[in-house]
Amino acid sequence: MMMRMVWQRIGIGFATLIVVSIIVFIATSLLPGDVAQIILGQSATPETLAALRAELGLDQPWYVRYFSWLGDMMTGDLGISKAGGATIASLIGGRVGNTLQMAALVAVISIPISIALGLWAAMHPGTWLDRIVTFGTLATISVPEFFIATVLVLILAVELQLLPSTAYLTGNESFGQLLKALAMPLVTLVIVVSAQMIRMTRAGILNVMSSPYIEMAILKGVPRKRIILRHAFYNAIGPIVNVIALNLAYLVSGVVIVETIFAYPGLAKLMIDGVQTRDLPLVQACAMIFCGTYVVLILLADIGSIVSNPRLRNPK
Amino acid sequence: MTDNVQVNKDKEQAVIDELDSFAELPDAPPKRKFRLSWVGWMSVGVVVFWLLICIIGPSIAPFHEMDMEGDDSFLDAYSGEYGTFVLGTDYLGRDTFSRILYGARNTIGISLAATLLAYLMGITLGILAAVKGGWIDMAISRVNDSILSLPTIMLGLIVIAALGNSIPNLIGIASVIYATSVFRIARALGLDIMVQDFVEAAQTRGEGIWWIIRAEILPNAAMPLATDFGLRLVFVVLFISSMSFLGLGVPPPASDWGAMVRENLQGLTYGSWAAIWPAIAIASFTIAVNLIVDDISAKSGGSLAKKMV
Repeated sequence: MMMRMVWQRIGIGFATLIVVSIIVFIATSLLPGDVAQIILGQSATPETLAALRAELGLDQPWYVRYFSWLGDMMTGDLGISKAGGATIASLIGGRVGNTLQMAALVAVISIPISIALGLWAAMHPGTWLDRIVTFGTLATISVPEFFIATVLVLILAVELQLLPSTAYLTGNESFGQLLKALAMPLVTLVIVVSAQMIRMTRAGILNVMSSPYIEMAILKGVPRKRIILRHAFYNAIGPIVNVIALNLAYLVSGVVIVETIFAYPGLAKLMIDGVQTRDLPLVQACAMIFCGTYVVLILLADIGSIVSNPRLRNPK
Repeated sequence: MTDNVQVNKDKEQAVIDELDSFAELPDAPPKRKFRLSWVGWMSVGVVVFWLLICIIGPSIAPFHEMDMEGDDSFLDAYSGEYGTFVLGTDYLGRDTFSRILYGARNTIGISLAATLLAYLMGITLGILAAVKGGWIDMAISRVNDSILSLPTIMLGLIVIAALGNSIPNLIGIASVIYATSVFRIARALGLDIMVQDFVEAAQTRGEGIWWIIRAEILPNAAMPLATDFGLRLVFVVLFISSMSFLGLGVPPPASDWGAMVRENLQGLTYGSWAAIWPAIAIASFTIAVNLIVDDISAKSGGSLAKKMV
């Protein structure tokens, strides 16, 4: 029962990836005119256009082009960037590590903080500290990521002069220098991601708290702390794992903003530069990486909640 | 002709009076009252303020949004000859206060237009899918789910990369992205209401499908959809201003709050607040809308809206 649901979800995830690739391919083919026209520009004659189209394979129907594009993508041949003529694989290869490093650090810092704060707020509902946490996290998720980043720059970099306002990496920093350079983007992302996780953890626990077996425990006279830590928390682990995976997926959009604002040399910055110069092959490749990661993380979230649900694990 | 209208109005009034007198009877269900906490009322004030600025902003602004009035960039607040630059100037020496007043129209106006369009598409398709069912429902739902399974900012980036950034493109992509979540809610609500007794009664009476949608489904779906509208508006404002912040939204030199933050970021290092004010403007609007939604859903038992936050 459980394995069947897991396999089903993996199947859906795979189908989603295919649809994503079709959307990315079609969206970038929406451009009025085609690559041949862009390359030749004003000097295009019908003959040279036709010749270049044949050379680039643009005279093929769209599905043929789609499959050859998908095939190239699978084998790691991501094409050549319009600007500069470097291969996209080499451009991306230099950036992926930086983005992954940042995402991993954010996850390591924000997950324990969020679970602790979420639990704590759920243990003291209605107190003024709980209200501060609830309002603070609501405010955080209501404002754009760049608002948080801007305010942090104002406070930490300009007023207190503690940290640099950009996260430019040269590649041969010591660990301390690296931490200092990464601090601003890290703090921003941790705040953005934690706010969501704290809210969802708190809601998840309060949700479990309204179930009959908790009521039973309360009636038995079990102390509140013990109820939450021994009864509610274990049953809320499933939803919380789900929340963590979902929020790592939300990191994708946070990363785009944060890398831009702090000039951090990551994958998202590369993609934004690509969008600004309308370097479509580069945008396609980056979009596939980001969307692929997103779909996989959502898939993990779903599988996590299936696996951690005891009713599905032990079918009657 | 006019007499006829008057007579009709009188009749309507009579019906309303009659309904009101029914409401006084002890066994009538209590009227739903629109109660908000003081935080809720304050938030309503903030939202109304910004909506007003959208309309009258350009006419009360001391300068035009593109006038380079200040002789220097990043002037302090209350500088200028007579302290005319209330919030200082931006990186081109334009008055920040005036640009915020002008920018309200772009940021909130575009977001409202996109949200309304998203609702139009989402509700039409959602109710169509719920009422028709079968392969129409299947087809729309599958396409919808695949769009929904992508990060919104990625979709925006892909489309803007392909089509370039302009206000119509921005409204178009934002409305398509957010129509997907409206569709899901509208479809779920539609399916829920379709199986209610009063809809079955209408079907048995032989009412047409459009009559049922207009008279039975839409009025019953209105309240949950209205709460969701607020949430959706916040998401759209965040999306539009994030795109602008990335330099891919409203094209310059028009003023837009997201773009204003981006343009003036460098000024932060000189201690200029030119990037902070527009960010505060966005935050005040989105937090206020969210607080209203929170308040309403807390008062009404918190059904749909709470699940989606």
